[in-house]
Amino acid sequence: MTQAFDAAAQQTLLEARVADALEQARRLGADACEVGASVDQGAEISVRMGEVETVELARDQGIAVTVYVGKRKGSASSSDAGEASIRAVVEKAIAIARHTGEDPASGLADAELMATEFPDLEVHHPWQLTTDEAIELALACENAGRAVEGIANSDGAGVSSGEGVRVYGNSHGFLAGQRGSRHSLSCMLIARDEQGMQRDYDYSSVRDPALLASPEAIGRSAAERTLRRLGSKRPATGRLPVMFAPEMAGGLINHLLGAIAGGALYREASFLCDSLGKPLFPEWFSLGEKPREIGAMASAAFDNDGVYTRDNLFVDGGRVASYMLSAYSARRLGMTSTGNAGGARNLRIQAPLDSQRELLERMGRGVLVTELMGQGVNGVTGDYSRGAAGFWVENGEIQYPVEEFTIAGNLNDMFANLLGVGDDIDTRGSVHSGSWLIDNMTVAGG
Amino acid sequence: MTLLSQSPLDEAIATLLAPGGLDAEALEPGLGHALGAGIDYADLYFQRSWHESWVLEDGEVKDASYSIDGGVGVRALAGEKTGFAYSNQITAEALAETGSTAANIARSGARLALATPNPASAALRYAGVDPLSGLSAEDKIAMLKQADRVARAADPAVAQVSASLTGVHEVVLVRASDGTLAADIRPLVRFNVSVIVTKGGRRERGSAGGGGRYAMSRLRDENVAERFASEAVRQALVNLEALDAPAGQMPVVLGPGWPGILLHEAVGHGLEGDFNRKGSSAFAGRMGQRVASPGVTVVDDATLADRRGSLSVDDEGTPGAYTPLIEDGVLTGYMQDKLNARLMGMAPTGNARRESYAHLPMPRMTNTYMLAGQDAPEDIIKSVKRGIYAVSFGGGQVDITSGKFVFSASEAYLIEDGRITSPVKSATLIGNGPEAMSRVSMIGHDMALDTGIGVCGKEGQGVPVGVGQPTLKLDELTVGGTQS
Repeated sequence: MTQAFDAAAQQTLLEARVADALEQARRLGADACEVGASVDQGAEISVRMGEVETVELARDQGIAVTVYVGKRKGSASSSDAGEASIRAVVEKAIAIARHTGEDPASGLADAELMATEFPDLEVHHPWQLTTDEAIELALACENAGRAVEGIANSDGAGVSSGEGVRVYGNSHGFLAGQRGSRHSLSCMLIARDEQGMQRDYDYSSVRDPALLASPEAIGRSAAERTLRRLGSKRPATGRLPVMFAPEMAGGLINHLLGAIAGGALYREASFLCDSLGKPLFPEWFSLGEKPREIGAMASAAFDNDGVYTRDNLFVDGGRVASYMLSAYSARRLGMTSTGNAGGARNLRIQAPLDSQRELLERMGRGVLVTELMGQGVNGVTGDYSRGAAGFWVENGEIQYPVEEFTIAGNLNDMFANLLGVGDDIDTRGSVHSGSWLIDNMTVAGG
Repeated sequence: MTLLSQSPLDEAIATLLAPGGLDAEALEPGLGHALGAGIDYADLYFQRSWHESWVLEDGEVKDASYSIDGGVGVRALAGEKTGFAYSNQITAEALAETGSTAANIARSGARLALATPNPASAALRYAGVDPLSGLSAEDKIAMLKQADRVARAADPAVAQVSASLTGVHEVVLVRASDGTLAADIRPLVRFNVSVIVTKGGRRERGSAGGGGRYAMSRLRDENVAERFASEAVRQALVNLEALDAPAGQMPVVLGPGWPGILLHEAVGHGLEGDFNRKGSSAFAGRMGQRVASPGVTVVDDATLADRRGSLSVDDEGTPGAYTPLIEDGVLTGYMQDKLNARLMGMAPTGNARRESYAHLPMPRMTNTYMLAGQDAPEDIIKSVKRGIYAVSFGGGQVDITSGKFVFSASEAYLIEDGRITSPVKSATLIGNGPEAMSRVSMIGHDMALDTGIGVCGKEGQGVPVGVGQPTLKLDELTVGGTQS
């Protein structure tokens, strides 16, 4: 906000340092080497109860070097990307590679997989925002929320704005950088009744500040989300359909991605080992990634191995169509990289979409889950058991808020029992999803 | 172990300041930049850390990494306002720039005088060793390979073994405008084993690990490779036989040690000073009131020797302390940092912690545990007609405002007619903090601390913590299985 950041100059500087590190590694005896470097700058301000609470300015940088000596590997990194530090990091990585064991699968991604085109994906949109302007925005957001009748207290509102550059190079001669920005506005409020307190929040997160939701809309929405939780009851224990609100459905997609990630598959730590081509979802459901979508949250032209990104379809007609592989995990599985070192980018569902109203009517009687708690997902077995809060639904209508219950099942069954996907798509993250209606889960409550 | 000739303060000054051409005298003008007009407290937090990690897969240590991080975080407080900036350079220029940026939080008002430095006299809760030295690379690799051998020999169902050895050597120095001058050398090591077992078409995992604030050589001397490998395989084999867990409200018996994560979630977070100052905690305003069953005493204790969550001094330079939170069921204390203590008219309790120089400190837990009671663990099991006995957990989470908390069992059994019977699959337990603590009906005499694996996350910052408890019975808690 108040610090100048010349992204182009930073990129040139980082590219020179990465090239320098690659050259030093070669001179010190590495057979192959890859280097990542990044610099990020940002500011975050928060207000609470109408007053400024914190103003934080951040500037982070780092360089990470991986060397290969024969089939042995060593890695080292530092938060200081200065010249002396780079030399120390390279030396340390080579020293480590003298001790590690041989790994036939180790090494850079194949040279022919390197990205060669670097289109402008329009993900870098600096925001010339002063600290005072940021404070004004946050105050407007919190004030709008606190003005809603019934809001008793506030956890505050915040504005954060950041931009950065990451550069990756390797000894195939690949050297490329990408700039990006992320800006957000958030608000969390507290309401109280005779039963106790409830809190909830809302936020907007964007690449381009012009697309940020209005502070008043976020504040009011945070207030509404908080107030609708008052008077929560506990649902009775039983087997019921469960509707996952869009943010929660995105979590289910992440569990799926975790299970088709090469690292989990070659370690046999996934419930989707040997699942290629097998049915997982209903036939009408497909899921893919669009890593080069213009302006999207996770867009990039190359992955963490330098491999070009492409549109992958992970689920096609309900069947597992592709795993999510880096160069290393692909070699371990006897396959080819899918350009997913570092994960999947911009997940998009291809399915007929229904309105939330239609999905609720289809559900009839069940729970709509708007919050999930805890880590109760076993990626090895697919067993799923998490704490939840949301709303009781009867005759296709929301009746009252519910809390202090769990929902449980197995991800294999849950995916097969998908009854519908909503058109209420949450577009704030890398995963875009609407609500998911899933049949026959166990709800444990009072 | 080598004898240390230097005090932590001398070592911190030499390690942190000297490379950038600074010395102890340079702290005064450095802090002066942050102590601008209207600022009533400022501090400098210097830190450097060296992190090493060795990972075994497929019987080979194929991956190892080393990283260095360091810098200075500068904070300026004005009433309830906080200004913060940091730099990864520790130089006079960086102190001037970050200091004046942080001081921008207040733009008018009196300029405070800097209190003369008053070096902290805190007892050392662990030796200020570099935990990474003392074991050669060959020794570290041998330990990991030993874990692999033990795990694979333990049972033919073992399909995959991964093991890791990590260590952090951290040096911190704090200088604050209230005269605080403190340093700490914090070692932290951990050994972990995780296995996948397959049998009859079923696949399961098991894991075990631990460590503390000491040298890596102690991990070897205590044979952790063998112990954790055997334990990981045992847990995986138990889970291979697990039935579907029940769903609904029932009595729950928690084993000793790591299940103390209950206290961390159900009680601990809700008693952190910031949430209580802001009135956002379900425990706010309940000081002196009954919040748990009689007999329940919960403390936060940074003073335990060599434990993962222990601190000789916290990240504001306040000596680590033994802080009772709940005594015989009555709420008696909060965990505080300087900012929240001052605003609440209380004393800091040595609970100010931050992930690094690039993060702001907040009130955080250290080692949080329940003191032992009178009951024999076997009597506790016998008292349950139908319920769950949970001995290991994956993690937990709490909504401090509603008080709802969850923790997810990774090893649990059915109790039927007072006997432990079949293992059941992993299930999440959910409850309300103050309510759950009021349903504690039996407390074992077998208080134990965990093995040293906890990481607590708050506002995106992770810090190492410990938990502990004796065997406990809660008369009713919701178990999130699939069998309704």
